[in-house]
Amino acid sequence: MRIPCPHCGERGNEEFFYLGAAGLQRPAADASADAWHDYVYQRDNPFGTHKELWQHVNGCRRWLVVTRDTRTHAIAAAEDAAGAPA
Amino acid sequence: MTYSLFSLAREALRGHTGWKPAWRDAAPKPEYDVLIVGGGGHGLASAYYLAKEHGITNVAVLEKSYIGSGNAGRNTTIIRSNYLLPGNERFYEKSMQLWEGLEQDFNYNAMVSQRGVLNLYHSDAQRDQYARRGNSMRLHGVDAELLDEAGVRAMYPFFDYANARFPIRGGLLQRRGGTARHDAVAWGFARGADSRGVDIVQNCEVTGIDVVGGRAVGVQTTRGTIRAKKIGLVCAGSTSRVASLAGLRLPIESHVLQAFVSEGIKPLIDGVITYGAGHFYVSQSDKGGLVFGGDIDGYNSYAQRGSLPVVEDVMESGMALMPAVGRLRVLRQWGGVMDMSMDGSPIIDRTPIEGLYLNAGWCYGGFKATPASGWCFAHTIARDEPHYINSLMRLDRFATGALLDERGAGATPNLH
Repeated sequence: MRIPCPHCGERGNEEFFYLGAAGLQRPAADASADAWHDYVYQRDNPFGTHKELWQHVNGCRRWLVVTRDTRTHAIAAAEDAAGAPA
Repeated sequence: MTYSLFSLAREALRGHTGWKPAWRDAAPKPEYDVLIVGGGGHGLASAYYLAKEHGITNVAVLEKSYIGSGNAGRNTTIIRSNYLLPGNERFYEKSMQLWEGLEQDFNYNAMVSQRGVLNLYHSDAQRDQYARRGNSMRLHGVDAELLDEAGVRAMYPFFDYANARFPIRGGLLQRRGGTARHDAVAWGFARGADSRGVDIVQNCEVTGIDVVGGRAVGVQTTRGTIRAKKIGLVCAGSTSRVASLAGLRLPIESHVLQAFVSEGIKPLIDGVITYGAGHFYVSQSDKGGLVFGGDIDGYNSYAQRGSLPVVEDVMESGMALMPAVGRLRVLRQWGGVMDMSMDGSPIIDRTPIEGLYLNAGWCYGGFKATPASGWCFAHTIARDEPHYINSLMRLDRFATGALLDERGAGATPNLH
């Protein structure tokens, strides 16, 4: 699998660190236990399009939001996380 | 038909014309007492033990493809019960005990071979950790032996003991561990369940779960609506998808795990070996091929194939352990979809929906668990409460904090 880094161009996925689903919103420190449980443990785990966080650790070191199909590994978009909509 | 030396001799004399199919390819009835969604090893074992241990025989196993077509046919066939945590160890030991009597129990040759599982250690710290795990096993009444380097050399003289970075110092050995014939496990449970009246329905994909007033009452499938009093989900890598049909969101991510088989060679490895400095495990099949694997690829995937960086990583680990394998060619490589839970341990429990039960989160350790998974899930469904053996494998442990995190990696499903 190759990831099109917006800063470095298309690179092999072994250059990247995978964190998991993008767009999880960290609850406030005093939020309910349910809210924290959802944030830490519960996942959509979609069959199809997945927005996910990758860090280009062996490249520009930027965090990216990658839109990828979990059925085919085809990547539709890779954007810098700083500019990507949540 | 009971398989025996007598039946084999009888069929040999009449040209093997009298063998019957081992199970019926059933059409679904409109209603059952229990539906098992997922016809892998765990689902078939669940149906088998529902019928055998609890007398519940009005049961159907619904499989979207053919039985054993998922991870039951894609694993590296290792069986063992060498865990640290009490909630895991008593469960996996139950599984080991069921393996030991399984073939006589379901009258099918699953080729269970207790050839020993050896975990190698490479440092003082790792030896201490293995000693701790071995002691935990022995406190549970399970066999464990801590070997020094000489003990390992006596078993496997061909390792790279003097490796500059990761010298081999010894190993933790469970002699009762070993391997089993993966497909035969699915077939044996299918045959045993079928002979007790369970319907095995193949090419029947569940497309909806009907929930009325907080209670599951049936499923929609590609072969029509089926009503049921109780429904058990045993869907491995597809767990999140199927559970979402009932509105459930789970602490699970699906990841791809690869496995490999080399060309067949003369007997080299007579047990199961795991490398302690990287992720690599290997045994030799009865056909002579080395069967081995390593880490999951590490990103969400429903594709039953992996990527090349992990192939390289697995081969490097194998070379570091025993350089002789560098002369071998890899014949086949494949991938399976793992239901990685957030703490690396499985879930066998009720769900917040009445009449809906969950068996999931097997990460990449599901094969060895097959008999106990079915045994415990059958109990949980039949009695509406977990057995003592699976009483810590709860779905709500992520909310209560009673996690079963064997590796101490936290809520990182790709690191367990």
